[in-house]
Amino acid sequence: MKQSSVVDLLLLLLAIALLATPAFSDLVLSKVERRIDVTSQIARVTKTLKVVNSGSESVSEFILTFPKFLGNNLAYLSVAHSEGKGKSKRTLVNLSVREADSKGIPDSISVYSVTLPKSLSKGDTLTLEVVAAFTNVLQPFPEKITQGEIHLVMLQESAQYLSPYAVESQSLSIKLPNARIESYTKLENTKLQGSELKYGPYKNLQSYSYSPIVVHFESKAAFAVAEKLVREIEVSHWGNVQVTEHYNVVHRGAQLRGEFSRLDFQARPNPRGASAFRHLLARLPPRAHSIYYRDDIGNISTSEMQSDSKKTELLIEPRFPLFGGWKTFFTIGYGLPLSDFLFASEGKRFLNISFGSPILDLVTEKLIVQVVLPEGSKDISVATPFTVKQFQEIKYSHLDIAGRPVVVLEKNNVVPDHNQHVQVYYKFSNINLLSEPLMLISGFFFLFITCIIYTRADFSISKSSPTYLAKLQWDEVLATLQEVQSIIQKCLATHDKLEASLRDLSRTGDIQTCKAARKSTDSLLKDFSKELKPLLGFLQSSPIASHISPKVEELVAKEKELEEKLMAKHTTVVEGYEKKSSGRDIENRIASQQQKIIALRQEIEDLLEFIDEI
Amino acid sequence: MAALESPQPGTPTAMRNAFGNVLSVLILVLIGVLAFSIRLFSVIKYESVIHEFDPYFNYRVTQFLSKNGIYEFWNWFDDRTWYPLGRVIGGTVYPGLTLTAGTIWWVLNSLNIPLSVETVCVFTAPVFSAFASWATYLLTKEVKGSGAGLAAAALLAMVPSYISRSVAGSYDNEAVAIFALIFTFYLYIKTLNTGSLFYATLNALAYFYMVCSWGGYTFIINLIPMHALLCIVTGRYSPRLYIAYAPLVVLGTLLAALVPVVGFNAVLTSEHFASFLVFIIIHVVALVYYIKGILSPKMFKVAVTLVVSIGMVVCFIVVAILVALVASSPTGGWSGRSLSLLDPTYASKYIPIIASVSEHQPPTWPSYFMDINVLAFLVPAGIIACFSPLSDASSFVVLYIVMSVYFSGVMVRLMLVLAPAACIMSGIALSQAFDVFTGSIKYQLGALSNSTDDTEDNTSTNNAPKDDASAGKTDKGEEIVKERPSKKGKKKEREPADKPSVKSKIKKKALVLPLEASIVALLLLIMLGAFYVIHCVWAAAEAYSAPSIVLTSQSRDGLHVFDDFRESYAWLSHNTDVDDKVASWWDYGYQTTAMANRTVIVDNNTWNNTHIATVGTAMSSPEKAAWEIFNSLDVKYVLVVFGGLIGYPSDDINKFLWMVRIGGGVFPHIKEADYLRDGQYRIDSEATPTMLNCLMYKLSYYRFVETDGKGYDRVRRTEIGKKNFKLTHFEEVFTSHHWMVRIYKLKPPRNRIRGRAKKLKSKTSSGLSSKSVKKNPWI
Repeated sequence: MKQSSVVDLLLLLLAIALLATPAFSDLVLSKVERRIDVTSQIARVTKTLKVVNSGSESVSEFILTFPKFLGNNLAYLSVAHSEGKGKSKRTLVNLSVREADSKGIPDSISVYSVTLPKSLSKGDTLTLEVVAAFTNVLQPFPEKITQGEIHLVMLQESAQYLSPYAVESQSLSIKLPNARIESYTKLENTKLQGSELKYGPYKNLQSYSYSPIVVHFESKAAFAVAEKLVREIEVSHWGNVQVTEHYNVVHRGAQLRGEFSRLDFQARPNPRGASAFRHLLARLPPRAHSIYYRDDIGNISTSEMQSDSKKTELLIEPRFPLFGGWKTFFTIGYGLPLSDFLFASEGKRFLNISFGSPILDLVTEKLIVQVVLPEGSKDISVATPFTVKQFQEIKYSHLDIAGRPVVVLEKNNVVPDHNQHVQVYYKFSNINLLSEPLMLISGFFFLFITCIIYTRADFSISKSSPTYLAKLQWDEVLATLQEVQSIIQKCLATHDKLEASLRDLSRTGDIQTCKAARKSTDSLLKDFSKELKPLLGFLQSSPIASHISPKVEELVAKEKELEEKLMAKHTTVVEGYEKKSSGRDIENRIASQQQKIIALRQEIEDLLEFIDEI
Repeated sequence: MAALESPQPGTPTAMRNAFGNVLSVLILVLIGVLAFSIRLFSVIKYESVIHEFDPYFNYRVTQFLSKNGIYEFWNWFDDRTWYPLGRVIGGTVYPGLTLTAGTIWWVLNSLNIPLSVETVCVFTAPVFSAFASWATYLLTKEVKGSGAGLAAAALLAMVPSYISRSVAGSYDNEAVAIFALIFTFYLYIKTLNTGSLFYATLNALAYFYMVCSWGGYTFIINLIPMHALLCIVTGRYSPRLYIAYAPLVVLGTLLAALVPVVGFNAVLTSEHFASFLVFIIIHVVALVYYIKGILSPKMFKVAVTLVVSIGMVVCFIVVAILVALVASSPTGGWSGRSLSLLDPTYASKYIPIIASVSEHQPPTWPSYFMDINVLAFLVPAGIIACFSPLSDASSFVVLYIVMSVYFSGVMVRLMLVLAPAACIMSGIALSQAFDVFTGSIKYQLGALSNSTDDTEDNTSTNNAPKDDASAGKTDKGEEIVKERPSKKGKKKEREPADKPSVKSKIKKKALVLPLEASIVALLLLIMLGAFYVIHCVWAAAEAYSAPSIVLTSQSRDGLHVFDDFRESYAWLSHNTDVDDKVASWWDYGYQTTAMANRTVIVDNNTWNNTHIATVGTAMSSPEKAAWEIFNSLDVKYVLVVFGGLIGYPSDDINKFLWMVRIGGGVFPHIKEADYLRDGQYRIDSEATPTMLNCLMYKLSYYRFVETDGKGYDRVRRTEIGKKNFKLTHFEEVFTSHHWMVRIYKLKPPRNRIRGRAKKLKSKTSSGLSSKSVKKNPWI
């Protein structure tokens, strides 16, 4: 407060001192209308300037001035002039604005120069529309309040338009929030109509006229300021634009003094928590999906989302209500469909995406936008409607090898007026899309190939070491065992055939075929036992198979026994049929044999299982 | 599994083996997936967040490790906790878990897979439970074959006791330690079965990993010697036992001493002495066997008498020295936690801090049913199965279950050690039961088809329809036999538990049960398994998935979320100075350092009893004394947890008696009796004035009466005793949405002195200057 009042004083003195200096040029402002909107934390100034060239030379430059304490907080400035005549035909054309040297202009004044669309010759008039947004000009006063007090802020301005040009007629209107107005500077022609405060009109003012005014009023707006906002926009050509935004939000209103009582806040939220804000509204692009809202320590469950075809509204509530001076941190993230934001032009692709934060009425002190382009993008260029600091980085993510190019845009003091689209142009061929899946596929392919090679190949270092030889022998033993098993299986199958022939016999009574079957099985079984012999001999001779060979022998012996029993049964049955004895008789005769056969078969299977497990 | 398949005639056995192996691998993969995914309920129902208290500390350590590297980690002196003492984290923490997660994170990030440390930490436990079930498969396979192995692995994948410690987000030592425990046992058994030095070395390494991970490694280093001793005593000594045991003790002890937190404890404390004793014994036995081999029986007898007499003397001397050493240390060389294991009443008598932790209490019977469910009934059958026949491996498993049953009976927490043993036993029981039933069904069906054939012989012509029917029957029977294994394969991962049916166990394999009985028993087993699965899923979904920092309640309007803890930690972290000290009861220490990044006075690592007692004393002192204690500790904020408004039972008022007890244990002017009215702990109008004026009461109930006009406490179900009071030395700076966390700031001393100065002005007669603020506040 002290500083700014000193500045005011200086300004006043300067203004008086400057009265004598010659006019900056021959331009005259025939009419100036200023409207200041302070309903939010941002002071938004709209000016309509009617410029007349009263001199003889044509002029192509127009100077805009602000007192320094405002100029330092200038976040956004745009100048447009209206073309065409008649209200319906008016179109606004933006003009280029740059910060100019303050030659011959006092230090306490910020100077911006506007290049006019065409030089203004003698007697011509031009209407300029100036929009300027200032942050931090609504000073909380008192600077610290308790939970129950109302939030008062103060605005300093000049009732008269500060300009290097003479002004013929001017007026100022200040739109205040619909609440208490503590005080305001009363000058001549001051009127307060509802929540609108009017100064002027004032006629025929010299250049650099200045008359300070102060308005002290209650503000219920959320003074939400993001000290730092990092927006990461990641483009994936698989169809998604992923936006992740990290906010460091602080309440820049009057600081909370003393206790915070949850009781008062809950029981009487209006008087006892009016200066706090509980939520922020983010207006995301339509078709935003997979939205999340979290912070360092996890998900924040207090948020609401509404979406329709035109917009997606996300009402986010920080973990705790923010009182003056309180800070918080959170992250929101969402995915957007690629087709809404990525376009192609002249062999290049461009991403067209809004620059600022989607949260309404949020001032960002430092905004960093990182546009992460897919790996393999080339020829990157950026088009922005205003100047930003730019540079490029590389980011490694999701199996990258070369890394993804990142375009970083940095800007300080960003207000919602900066929410304009920026374009990032780049070249990218779709084949690069396949590189990562191919990498994965080949990775697994080689993994399996190595597995196969490892299991097939022989990696033993010494081919003559006892363990290696033992292993070779063991392999042989296993192979022999398998042969034995397969032969036994075949035997069992033959047994089954024999049984089947018996069944046929019972159905058809054809003894001859049954006998024939028996003969053939006989010869088969003999062949098998011949085949078995060398294998058994090998197993017995091999020292490493010493603990297996008894089992195998037992198996073979059991098999033999089973064979004999089967044969005996077969003979009995066939004999029975030959003697035409009754079925019951035969059954009685073979009953004991049958039991033994079943038991033997079970034993053989157990043995087979045992050998299997080796 | 392969063993259970019906041999199909004609198919080469190699193919069958290959098929069985592929099936086993597939089942194991599915078991791994099951183990992982059943633990994701917490992520699905809540969010991907670290749970409870200790995991937050581990998470913080992992963050430090991933940020600063391993060397910084070993040297880390943490000045943000135990203010003003600090804590040497690198030397007092079991580093296994953090190193594991840190390595996983590092590998992933060097492959450019950008997972955050938090994500890695959250999913470490489920991943390792998949590993643990595979380790169980290996262990059980060594004991009773792969069928039992698969059953045990499937049971372990979803045993509630283990789920309770390894859901996603439960980032605690136990998460990796159980895997390490089972794997160490597997390698021990493997060495015992093969006698391979390779496995013995691996075993020592696995033991090293276990030592890195969890203090429970003492269980291994006592159980394995016990088993070795058991083998020796029962005459099962073999060179394989020697190879399994001796390298483990030597290498394992050397490696264990490398872990800073263990260090020389590996040779100095009593927990490890058993292993050394058995080490000596096994050498003696080995020597005896060797000598027996080279001497004639007669000479041997002479030698034995000689050696025994000398050995007795040596042993006596050694034992005497040991006893003297042990007796010279006050706790007999045992740490407090181990002592409370040996003597369950020890902690409650001497160390209230250990006793105050609920997971150190003995369990109740229902908790056995809750945590291992039907396994409790299957275990005896498994033990019986292990005795037929008894091998080295199966005797180890029996010993394991017996010991773990005892330990789980002492502390709820050690139920976790019981769970794998119970799963192994039940897996064996189930597998054997299935073997018997499917075997007898197979046999009976074979017999059935044969007998129908025989009947055909005598009943000749009019048998055609019957014959068809019986043929159909046999076909069906064969189908059943064929289908069973594949069905079982699928079942393994889905409904693995089954009934033991002790009867079936007693019957030998050759003994065949009737067909109907087998089928009914199989159905019953499957039903029991289904019951187990349902219980496990319920436990995973409902009982063990709450992260405890976020609470939810189901009301008529839908789900209500209580996120007060994080609300206030976020407030602390963003709106207080980075070096401010926060005092709270030790339960919230880890969370405060991890989530709010503020310095705390005490935390869940309860290494300094006096410091905790100081905070306890402050909480139980009147406001002014408490202010002085806190001010002397440089505390700026005091955090209390209060559940009276919404009925959250584990709040500070309910823990308050422990604060009094622990405080009173060190500072005798705090007497528990002052806080009790007739031996009853109460906060209503009957409460004692000491209680109603202590800091904890005041901070909890400050302005509470204004919420409903009466001050009705929903936890204690009573109106509070002292309703309207003001705080003079503290001011409320934050209270969370449901009042669960209340943060107070110490009023600066300046105010007090000014107040005093004013008083001095008004009463000029009392010319005494303010008493020294520096006086020792807690005497």
